[in-house]
Amino acid sequence: MTEQPTAPPDAGGLDPQALEAVIAAPGSRFRHDYLEVRGLRVVFDGFVAVDGVDLTVTQGDLRFLIGPNGAGKTTIVDAITGLAPATGSVQFGRVDLLGRPSHRIVRAGVGRTFQTASVFDELTVLQNLDIAAGAGRGPLTLLRRRHVVPPEVEAALETVGLAHVRDLPAGVLAHGQKQWLEIGMLLVQDARLLLLDEPVAGMSQAEREETGLLLQRIGEQRTVVVVEHDMEFLRAFAASVTVLHQGRVLSEGTVAQVQADPRVVEVYLGSGAHGRGRAARAGGPSTEVE
Amino acid sequence: MSAPATTAPAPNAAARPWWRHPRVRVWGGFALAAAVLLGVAPVVLSDFRLNLLAKFLCLAMVAVGIGLAWGRGGMLVLGQGVFFGLGGYLMAMHMKLADAGPGGVPDFMLLYGDGVVPAWWEPLRDPVVTVLAILLVPAGVATLLGLAVFRRRVRGAYFAILSQALAAAFAILLVGQQKVTGGTNGLNGFRSFFGYDLADPVNKRMLYYVAAGVLLVMVAVVRLLMVSRFGELLVAVRDQENRVRFLGYDPANVKVVAYAVAACFAGVGGALFAPVVGIVSPADVGVIPSIGFLVGVAIGGRATLLGPVLGAIAVSWAQTGLSEQFPSFWTYFQGALFILVVAFLPNGFATLGGLWRRRRGAAVPGPGDAPADPPAGTSAHADDPGPDPAQDAATAARTAGRHA
Repeated sequence: MTEQPTAPPDAGGLDPQALEAVIAAPGSRFRHDYLEVRGLRVVFDGFVAVDGVDLTVTQGDLRFLIGPNGAGKTTIVDAITGLAPATGSVQFGRVDLLGRPSHRIVRAGVGRTFQTASVFDELTVLQNLDIAAGAGRGPLTLLRRRHVVPPEVEAALETVGLAHVRDLPAGVLAHGQKQWLEIGMLLVQDARLLLLDEPVAGMSQAEREETGLLLQRIGEQRTVVVVEHDMEFLRAFAASVTVLHQGRVLSEGTVAQVQADPRVVEVYLGSGAHGRGRAARAGGPSTEVE
Repeated sequence: MSAPATTAPAPNAAARPWWRHPRVRVWGGFALAAAVLLGVAPVVLSDFRLNLLAKFLCLAMVAVGIGLAWGRGGMLVLGQGVFFGLGGYLMAMHMKLADAGPGGVPDFMLLYGDGVVPAWWEPLRDPVVTVLAILLVPAGVATLLGLAVFRRRVRGAYFAILSQALAAAFAILLVGQQKVTGGTNGLNGFRSFFGYDLADPVNKRMLYYVAAGVLLVMVAVVRLLMVSRFGELLVAVRDQENRVRFLGYDPANVKVVAYAVAACFAGVGGALFAPVVGIVSPADVGVIPSIGFLVGVAIGGRATLLGPVLGAIAVSWAQTGLSEQFPSFWTYFQGALFILVVAFLPNGFATLGGLWRRRRGAAVPGPGDAPADPPAGTSAHADDPGPDPAQDAATAARTAGRHA
């Protein structure tokens, strides 16, 4: 049960008619799936970006990571997914993740998105999703043409509302649609831990609303961690919040608990939290760990 | 390219006449190319010109592989001369041994060496071993090299420099080992090709047919690879290598496969080049020929199916023609053409049709320019150099999206 199924669910396992199908996998399969981070430490050239972070996110949780610019939010996601060298321990579904190459971590059921929507611009929406669904394919399948759209891809197309643009190159999609496509790719790749880096950046209010509801629905079945600056979005959809500050966990709890924490008020949620968040986003990805 | 095959036909796909269907166009173009190469060319060309064309076809084989590795896989392979040379020398060694007869010693070894055939030459007396070696050695070398390089995430300009340095080193090695490789002179003076007398014009002609057939097979293989899931994955790796990694693939493996296929094609091209031209020497495998392979691909259109082939043949043809007229002029012309294409047609001449139509479409907006038109071609690059309105629409729409 805890071992990761690298292949997507077998054909016929999903009903393309039901939008829920793609995210509502059998609950028992994921019972032991929780993310456990202990003493995570990331050092870049002597600069301590993440310093002894402990984090436990259980299945069914929708955890938001927040913190001022440079708090180490994205770095934690990078460390979990093998992009940044780290010490400590990271376990998901009782599988040790640290020290594995990124693609193996992904095969253990961890999926992530990036701050800048990174889809394959020259491939169609359908091709994007098909590639995401295919990490477990053998060489013979790869060398052949796609004759049938896998059912989970079909279901994901419906879920993220991109069925009508399935044959357009992903590069022409609007920004919000690209973000949705990324979420769809996480779904079809059968990620059981979803690490989303600013999934609603650049979205309209209505799109944020839809995305939040979608994430909540996914969060019921899977473990979801969202790095976000948008406080309004966080208040509306977070099940729990971890506040980071200078590479350490400052506070953790529900939105209300965290907002009531005087330390949080002091460093982050105090005056102009909104303005800071926006400023941080404008700063771009590269400033995140500096 | 995948949409019509995989999904219910879009409404417009039905409205489109059947001859505009991408699949029909590609295989129609393929049939046309086969007819020209196998039917027309041997009739209208003199023996001399036909042999010249056979040489160009051998160079085009390298180009087909470069189109896959560079155009589709994003690997700037500046050292294909290594694999071309491996194939060429393997074939040349076999022909020298065959000419020398059973147990004989190739003439140049008597001249420069001690008259003893080295042990690593011996297996190449066997034609079957030779053919297998030509198919497997370049691909094997590329696989080992690719695994070592791509696993360490060496890419972009660093990979290009590394592969070019390898070509330089290979040429120097060949020159240095004159006793066993013929040195600067290379290997030449072949008299027979698998038992067929090379002095006989009929056999020369047959060699042309072999080259044309092999090239057509390679183009077909690349086409099948391009529309396969692997082909889509390769483009994905080219454009967003890291993203592919975070979908659970090892991009290094994907690149190695494309690199090995390109190397195999280059090796076969070299192997046919040796009997067609009658010589293979370090001058055919070093840095300059390696760049020369690339120029044709860039000019033709690296990411398209036929662009690399047509570009390579056209450039070689122009080189021969212009060199006959103005012996020392060609290099400048080649450089100028390269600069012009890179500056004004970065995707090569194969995209000229689409570009022209778009220009015209911008002046008079036609129905084909609406992005809503389902781009059945889907991929950014045309499968054939011909204009395709749906693909133009996709390109136009994409450009619009970028500027938005």
